[in-house]
Parts: sequence; C-alpha cells; structure tokens
Amino acid sequence: MKLRTPLYQVHLSARARMTGFAGWEMPLHYGSQMEEHHAVRRHAGLFDVSHMCITDLPAGHLPLLRRLLAFDPATLRPGRARYGVLLNPHGGVIDDVILYRPDEAGYRLISNAGTRERVLSWLEEQGAGAVFDHREDLALLALQGPRARELACSTLPRELPPQAMDLPPFGCCRRGEWFLSRTGYTGEDGFELALPAEDAAGVWQALVGAGFTPAGLAARDSLRLEAGLNLYGHEMDERTSPLEAGLAWTIDWEPADRQFIGRTALTRRLQEGIRLGRRGVLLEARGVLREGQLLFNNGVQRGRLTSGGFSPSLQRGIGLCRIELAALEEPEQDWAVEIRGKRLPVRLVEPPFVRRGRSCIEGLPVVGPEQMTRGDKK
Amino acid sequence: MSNVPEDLRYTESHEWVALQEDGTVRVGITDYAQQQLGDLVYVELPEVGQNFVSGAECAVVESVKSASDLYMPVSGEIVSVNEELADSPELINQDPYGQGWIFEVQPTDPGELDGLLDADGYRELIEGEAG
Repeated sequence: MKLRTPLYQVHLSARARMTGFAGWEMPLHYGSQMEEHHAVRRHAGLFDVSHMCITDLPAGHLPLLRRLLAFDPATLRPGRARYGVLLNPHGGVIDDVILYRPDEAGYRLISNAGTRERVLSWLEEQGAGAVFDHREDLALLALQGPRARELACSTLPRELPPQAMDLPPFGCCRRGEWFLSRTGYTGEDGFELALPAEDAAGVWQALVGAGFTPAGLAARDSLRLEAGLNLYGHEMDERTSPLEAGLAWTIDWEPADRQFIGRTALTRRLQEGIRLGRRGVLLEARGVLREGQLLFNNGVQRGRLTSGGFSPSLQRGIGLCRIELAALEEPEQDWAVEIRGKRLPVRLVEPPFVRRGRSCIEGLPVVGPEQMTRGDKK
Repeated sequence: MSNVPEDLRYTESHEWVALQEDGTVRVGITDYAQQQLGDLVYVELPEVGQNFVSGAECAVVESVKSASDLYMPVSGEIVSVNEELADSPELINQDPYGQGWIFEVQPTDPGELDGLLDADGYRELIEGEAG
C-alpha cells in the first residue's frame, strides 16, 4: 500500500499522472511538465510536498540540535530558517534539511521523504529519550514563482499570519497550525506553507482559482536542477562528504568547541585535502544529460554526472557532476560527456543555471514565451 | 484515451507504420507512446542510407525524464528523416501521426508489414498495459 497525501483525491480529479516516490503516490505532472515549469518561472506554481517529513522539537532540544546539525542552530534567531545537513560519524550526509525557528517556543525540522525512517531513527538514537513530534497531521504546500507571494496573500488574507507579505528570504512565522516560510526548491521567490491536513484541499482549490498552476514532481526536479540545488541520493548520500558535494558553505566551524557529529571526520578530510568537487554541466550540443554519464577532459575520464536533465528555460541539456578538482587546474580545458558511445562537448559552470527567472549562464538567455515552442503550442 | 488510427500498422514497441503509395513506409511513435513519455525534448535520428534489420535500435526519443529507443518495424534502408524534429521534437507530442513522423524506410521485404499489429490488435495491447 502506497502512502497518500491529503491532496490525493484533488490530484486525481485534476487528472494528474501519478508516480511512486519514496513509498508515496505523488503527482508527476498534470498534463505537461514543461508548462508547469514555465508557470513557476514566469507566474506562480503550486506543489504538494506533503510527503516531506516534518518534526517539531521544543526549544529545550537546542543542545541536541547543535550536536546533530553541521551548522550551528544557536545562530538561528526566532522567525528564521536555515538549510544544512545531518552527518554521520564518518562525515557522510544522512540528509539535507531545513531547520525553522518560528518563535521562542521551539524548532521545526523538515527532512526528505526518502530518508524518513533513517532520520527518525537517528533522532531517536541520538536524542536518548527526547520527545519529538512527528507531524503526520499536516499537509505541506510549496507556492513558487514571481507572483506566488502576492497571489497567496491576496487569496488567503485571513488564514495566513499577518506578517506573511513582509517575511524576508528564509523568514518563517506561524499562526496556530498554519506555518509559513519564505523558502522553496525552485530558484524562484515564494512560500512553503504547512497547514492542517483537513484544510489542504480547500486551500489548494482557492489558490488554483487565484491563478496558481498545479505542478508535479517532474517540474520540481527540472526547476531544482536549473537552480543548481542538490537532491538527496544524487549529489549526496551517506558515503559523500558535504565538502565534495558543494555544501561546505552550510557548515559552521565556529565555535571551535562545538562537537557536532561528523566534525572529526570532516576535519581529517580537510587535512588530507579535498579531491572532488561539484560543478554544473551544460551540454553544448543538442541532447539531454543523464545521471551516471561520464565526463572527460582531453579524453581522460575525470568525473560523473550526479543529476542530469533538460532545462526548459535554456532549452539545453544540463546537469550536476562530481569531478576531480585537479582536472580544473590542467592548462587545456576540453570537456566532453559520453552519451550512447559518442563524446559531445560540454561546458563546466558554477551553478545555478537559472535563478529568479533569469539565466546565470553567459551568452545563453532564458527563452521567452514568444520563442517558446516546447509544450506551449497546445 | 489514446488515438489509434484504423489505417495504420503497429509494433509491440509502440511504433506506427504507414505504407505509402511509392512503396516506402513512414514510421513514428503512437499517441499512447508520446503520452507515456511526456514532453519530448530531443530526437536522435538515423542517417539516410543506413540499413537496419527489423527489431534493430534505429533512433532515440528523449523526454525530460527518460530516453527511449525506437526499433525498426521492418528491415530496410532509411530513405528520409523528419529534419523538423531537430528543432521541434514537441511535434511528436502535438501530432504523433502527422507532423511528428520520424523516418521513412524502403522495406527489403514488403511482406514483413503483414506481421505487424492492426489497429484492433494494438488497442488490445495498450489496454493490457494500462490495466
């Protein structure tokens, strides 16, 4: 039996194509993932992300959180959220999470659906009798796009907390069981909204009525890839160091006496030297990049794609890769990817590819609606 | 519901085949196949003049999520490919039996066409897959 979110019937009524994801039955798309992708970049899209794992912790759990997280939660002021990682003692990534501190009363941790069992048992194990509140009674929506906040605030003025429109990036607040943050996974502005499961269908319909386009997991993946955001199980896992997955910026080394789990292993790793790094890959020829494809510099294999796909905004194959950093120092930079036995030229770039509706790649603009063909002619 | 035109032949791997007046056959993927794949973003076409035996991999269609091989429905030589698809692979989504055709073959043995599914046979196949 697959798990279903409180919006399952709503998705079926909207003729979503459903897919299995981490034990859940989730909408893949509602007809065209391209249209959904563009709706988020240009206007406003609505995602059901209720499969994600929400855990509430009282304020007294701060010492535990300071041991579990690679960033220092003591730096988190009320009304703020922060992205970071949970590490195992070997310095591998158990999960990437966002920790929220809506007010003085406590913390909320949102972790991935695919790591649910692992994260919950890790919390139990490390918490030694501490009490966690797993919020299976909540739905979680992502409202993303340049018009998402404004449309949400004008559609749900009585339900949302009064300070909703003024939330800064990575700000969060709550009103009763309605919990709002200015976060997302698309590279666009927007909110994530947790709310009681029984209210989810009504709110979903109201937001769609106000102009939000329902968007599925397929668009969520192409948007996060364009935004250069890691996906657990692809760019990182328990055998990958955050230092080699583009996540060094999420780690707080100060104060030096904070002994977070994984610190010793990471320190040793730093002393030995970091050999691998994360980069973005842009296919210069026509085609689509895929996870697992190999990268070559001057004919020598130097890396591998950890995620790959097609960028609807740039109309190019794009991906994220893990490569040998030493290869970047070589005088001759001539990179290629192998696709079905053929070597095709690629450009290595610093992610993101697209952010806030604009291309971050020199000489490659985001295609406008008038030039847009794929999926838009219908 | 998928559109399955009566006057075409079909393969179990979801290609459609149309016998044309000059004896060549035109090949594409079915409406059902394009729905399953979702938005197509890239097509790797065979080259004109290439010969393939029936069942050989001869082209690739890629959607954002996956790449799928096309199999040669009858043995023969590629005599034409739909160059429009290089710039507009979405034609396959929009018009799989018309502007979204993929290539044309001069069959070695036109009798091979009789071994393909007719519309009823193909409908049965996809109903079985859906169920």
